[in-house]
Amino acid sequence: MPKMMYRNAVVTTIAEEMARDENVVCLGEDIVGGMGTPGGPEAIGGIWSTSTGLFGKFGADRVIDTPISESAIMGAAAGLALSGKRPIAELMFADFIGVSLDQIWNQLAKFRYMFGGKTKCPAVIRMAYGAGYNAAAQHSQAVHQILTGMPGLKVVMPSTPADVKGLLRTAIRDDDPVIFLEHKALYGMSGEVPDDPEFMIPFGHARLSRAGQDVTIVSTGLLLGFCEAVADRLAAEGIGCDVIDLRTTSPLDEETILDSVEVTGRLIVVDEAPPRCSLAGDICALVAEKAFAALKAPPLAVNPPHTPVPFARELESAYLPSVDKIEAAVRKVLAYR
Amino acid sequence: MQLSREALLRAYRQMKVIREFEERLHTDIQTGEIAGFTHLYCGQEAVAVGVCEHLSVEDKIVSTHRGHGHCLAKGCDVNGMMKEIWGSREGLCKGKGGSMHIADIDKGMLGANGIVGAGSPIAVGAGIACKIDGKGHVAITFSGDGACNQGTTFEAMNMAVVTKAATIFVFENNHYSEHTGFEYAVGTQRDIASRAEAFGMKVWRGDGTDFFSVFETMREVLEYVRTPGNGPAAVEFDTERFFGHFEGDPQRYRGPGELDRIREFRDCLKNFRKSVTDAGVLDHADLDALDAEVLEAIEESVRQAKAADRPTAEDVLTDVYISY
Repeated sequence: MPKMMYRNAVVTTIAEEMARDENVVCLGEDIVGGMGTPGGPEAIGGIWSTSTGLFGKFGADRVIDTPISESAIMGAAAGLALSGKRPIAELMFADFIGVSLDQIWNQLAKFRYMFGGKTKCPAVIRMAYGAGYNAAAQHSQAVHQILTGMPGLKVVMPSTPADVKGLLRTAIRDDDPVIFLEHKALYGMSGEVPDDPEFMIPFGHARLSRAGQDVTIVSTGLLLGFCEAVADRLAAEGIGCDVIDLRTTSPLDEETILDSVEVTGRLIVVDEAPPRCSLAGDICALVAEKAFAALKAPPLAVNPPHTPVPFARELESAYLPSVDKIEAAVRKVLAYR
Repeated sequence: MQLSREALLRAYRQMKVIREFEERLHTDIQTGEIAGFTHLYCGQEAVAVGVCEHLSVEDKIVSTHRGHGHCLAKGCDVNGMMKEIWGSREGLCKGKGGSMHIADIDKGMLGANGIVGAGSPIAVGAGIACKIDGKGHVAITFSGDGACNQGTTFEAMNMAVVTKAATIFVFENNHYSEHTGFEYAVGTQRDIASRAEAFGMKVWRGDGTDFFSVFETMREVLEYVRTPGNGPAAVEFDTERFFGHFEGDPQRYRGPGELDRIREFRDCLKNFRKSVTDAGVLDHADLDALDAEVLEAIEESVRQAKAADRPTAEDVLTDVYISY
């Protein structure tokens, strides 16, 4: 299998789908870059290099470079989707969702329901999220807990280049609105990616990335790799971890989580968003309710603290769940009696 | 007056349907049988009809919380709408939307909207789709003098110009954003169109209580926006809101005699009747016959709404996703 970077998996999949279906259009700030400058179109090609070359291939009608107007971008995506197009809108940073939230949660997410099921809204909203770049409180957040709680949206959080490709293609071909969260610290990650232009990963199916008998670790995105490192460390001591990559937080693959906990009796959920009303808390509650009899220890959530994301290197490192913190959590649930 | 007798009768009937639909709701809401918040369009009928009489089902409109008039003018079924407002599962949106969320995508009606100012960005997307398709269709967003102060409206106007979207911004200045006068809330005073002009759009202005003013103005606006390469345009119609912001609004902000005055002198239906009978194109008898027919149609829609199936608890769970 060929190797590819996470960011290249994004742009390659978009290009393949745009070539396949003329109704697929892209829009966002600087996705072309350089418009109206001496450098000319594609002088930048998207700040994450996730749209490089699309303008040259597909033209200005289908690769729409927008002003910095996040509400109008999301609203335009909604209008395009209601008009027979399949828009892929980029929100440059997930943190900017605050500016554009109405168009996502009051419009896109609710059209089908409010209109009595008589429409479809096939829009993909891509956004770069997460800490690790010392970008401080307004450019580093994990926003999935806000979006996962919104009925009408599907929320995707790929943790590998292969998953980017398989999940993004599914998102583009899905007839419901999909939030596609790309971790900015993973854009440079390299991995094997199937080059089959029909490679798709269905939503709501988690991936078991490590298998073990003693503890279940659930995560996604950047922190999934941290969990795998912990599992590999503990394997040397004979401790076996199931590491479950959720892939999508909405829909949620409850079955894979519950099946694993039935065997291990111990659960840790590692989540990059703040602890209150979080994905981690949600999954701990799910397991407490539906697998209570199997539990050998209380389910444990590993989140950052209830603070904004700090700037300085020392502070951001202290903020994020680390390999050491995750390992300590595993040892804590193993030691419970 | 270039319109045929048939076109005139049709336009009058459309305005009358909206008027009687809203008057009937105003009465029925007071009985407590209709749930939720309702915002009536009475007084503004000439705008919705003067705009939509030019449109085909391929043209899109995006409406507001005060959306019944736009829906009816764009061709939404009267009975389906009345059932929806009464909360029936036989309603246009199965009772899941209600007054503020009526939509009929097949008719090019992309939704009323409960969020003031939310419609314009959606109409920019629809207008970009029209531009891409290149068939001369347009997307129209209706906004009031309230929505014209929302940032979304500003973003949408700029984005429409930048992307050359086939979008038309129709501003209906009814002088009140909820319970606040435009002379206070709109910094440009009696002039919303100048804002659109500042964003780089060609703009028009018209009298929103005069069907012929709206219709003739829109003929020019549409000819301009349907021409490839021109991009968006905006138009402001000065109009009147006969009822409160919502049903139940005590309207303590109105001046003495104001409601009587606008009902007497700024009623688009009276103005229309006078124009066509003075010109000798239609007789009072023609219009009286239509009035009676429309009243019966509205009565029938209420009969149907009261008799229609109610939704069940199971219906809560459907239509969230296509697949999940």
